[in-house]
Amino acid sequence: MLALFTRDLRLAIRAGGGFGLALAFFLIVTALVPFGVGPDTGVLTRIAPGILWVGALLACLLSLDRIFALDYEDGSLDLLATAPIPLEAVVATKAAAHWVTTGLPLTLAAPLLGVLLNLAPGGYLWLTISLAAGTPALSIIGTFGAALTVGLKRGGLLLSLLVLPLYVPTLIFGAELTRRGAEGQAVETPLALIAGITLGAAALLPFAAAAALRVNLR
Amino acid sequence: MASVWEFANPRKFMAVSDRALPWLFTLAGAALAIGLVWGFFFTPDDFRQGSTVKIIYLHVPSAMMAINAWIMMLLASLIWIVRRHHVSALAAKAAAPIGVTFTVIALATGAIWGQPMWGTWWAWDPRLTSFLILFLFYLGYMALWQAIEDPDTAADLTSVLCLVGSVFAVISRYALIFWNQGLHQGATLSLDKEENIADVFYFPLLVCIAGFVLLFIALVFYRTRTEIRARRLYAIGLKERMV
Repeated sequence: MLALFTRDLRLAIRAGGGFGLALAFFLIVTALVPFGVGPDTGVLTRIAPGILWVGALLACLLSLDRIFALDYEDGSLDLLATAPIPLEAVVATKAAAHWVTTGLPLTLAAPLLGVLLNLAPGGYLWLTISLAAGTPALSIIGTFGAALTVGLKRGGLLLSLLVLPLYVPTLIFGAELTRRGAEGQAVETPLALIAGITLGAAALLPFAAAAALRVNLR
Repeated sequence: MASVWEFANPRKFMAVSDRALPWLFTLAGAALAIGLVWGFFFTPDDFRQGSTVKIIYLHVPSAMMAINAWIMMLLASLIWIVRRHHVSALAAKAAAPIGVTFTVIALATGAIWGQPMWGTWWAWDPRLTSFLILFLFYLGYMALWQAIEDPDTAADLTSVLCLVGSVFAVISRYALIFWNQGLHQGATLSLDKEENIADVFYFPLLVCIAGFVLLFIALVFYRTRTEIRARRLYAIGLKERMV
């Protein structure tokens, strides 16, 4: 599993594209919003938590189809499926690698982009915490979507259609957690709920994703 | 011994549904005609809502069936995964477009009612929003069926999607209540509480609900028959190509 993990990381960094792309996309989305709604700092402060979360979610979506597509094309996915480790573990490892190359950089970059959107001072800590707690769920749900669509020729758009409704609860709790943190309200409830979603998804979805992969490799 | 699994045999299913369909359509048509005419023309106007209250005869049954159609797809998907009966998978496939139509009817009638009553076509209310998300789930499910060529692969993958989607649909529902308290009134009908609707509106509503249920069953049978025939054609095509 560790070997697969480091292999995926190395591929993501060396093969280019995937690694920096999500970050650049996140930056661009965040920079575009003030052009759309105007530079009024009051408005920006109010919408910053939501915009940052939607931006992170879309950036995460970009690299999902790469999780399995390349391995499927060159046949290494078949090898992984027959490897001694269970396919569920392969899926979980892939999701973890996707998180490290996408979710983690997004989490670290988000406070910086918060400055651009004039996020309230109390919000930075909770923005980082909410993204750290929520982006793993995005990666795991996305891995499930990628496993469903891996055999398809033009799966990209379908993947978005399948995955975005599944992202709704994570987005709601994540944005709510950041908003409450920024306004200095109690944060326990959304924090517990978003952590629950992440843990639940991590516990159950690898099985669903592995089942989908087995069907696709049949 | 007779068992419900006998209907998993496509030939048996075709024979039974062939005999049942005319009855189902007649009963559904009769119930809908009676319920809607009764509801629209022979019930008084509400003292606050005026005649707009009558949209309840379309809105409530279609909203109920939008959810029940998904539950039916969930059960059919489970049966497909566990027992691998093709009729079950095809019934789930057949139910999706019907479910999405009921969802659209519920959303549209709700908007038409909301405009004069709430003063807005749309509000980001938990119920409205969860129906919008349900609509997206239906679209994704149907798109996945469309996208995959091999019928068994498609049935497997859509079943998995239906199971996972159901869990997330429930989570979304509660997340949305947490997110916004909303504008939509509480449930009109419930099993455990005193009904909060006058009898004069209640009985035609029950007839309409029965009509929608019958219509749903009839349409699912009808569409499943179409899917079975399409599958037979597909099998014939495969056989011819092999020769």
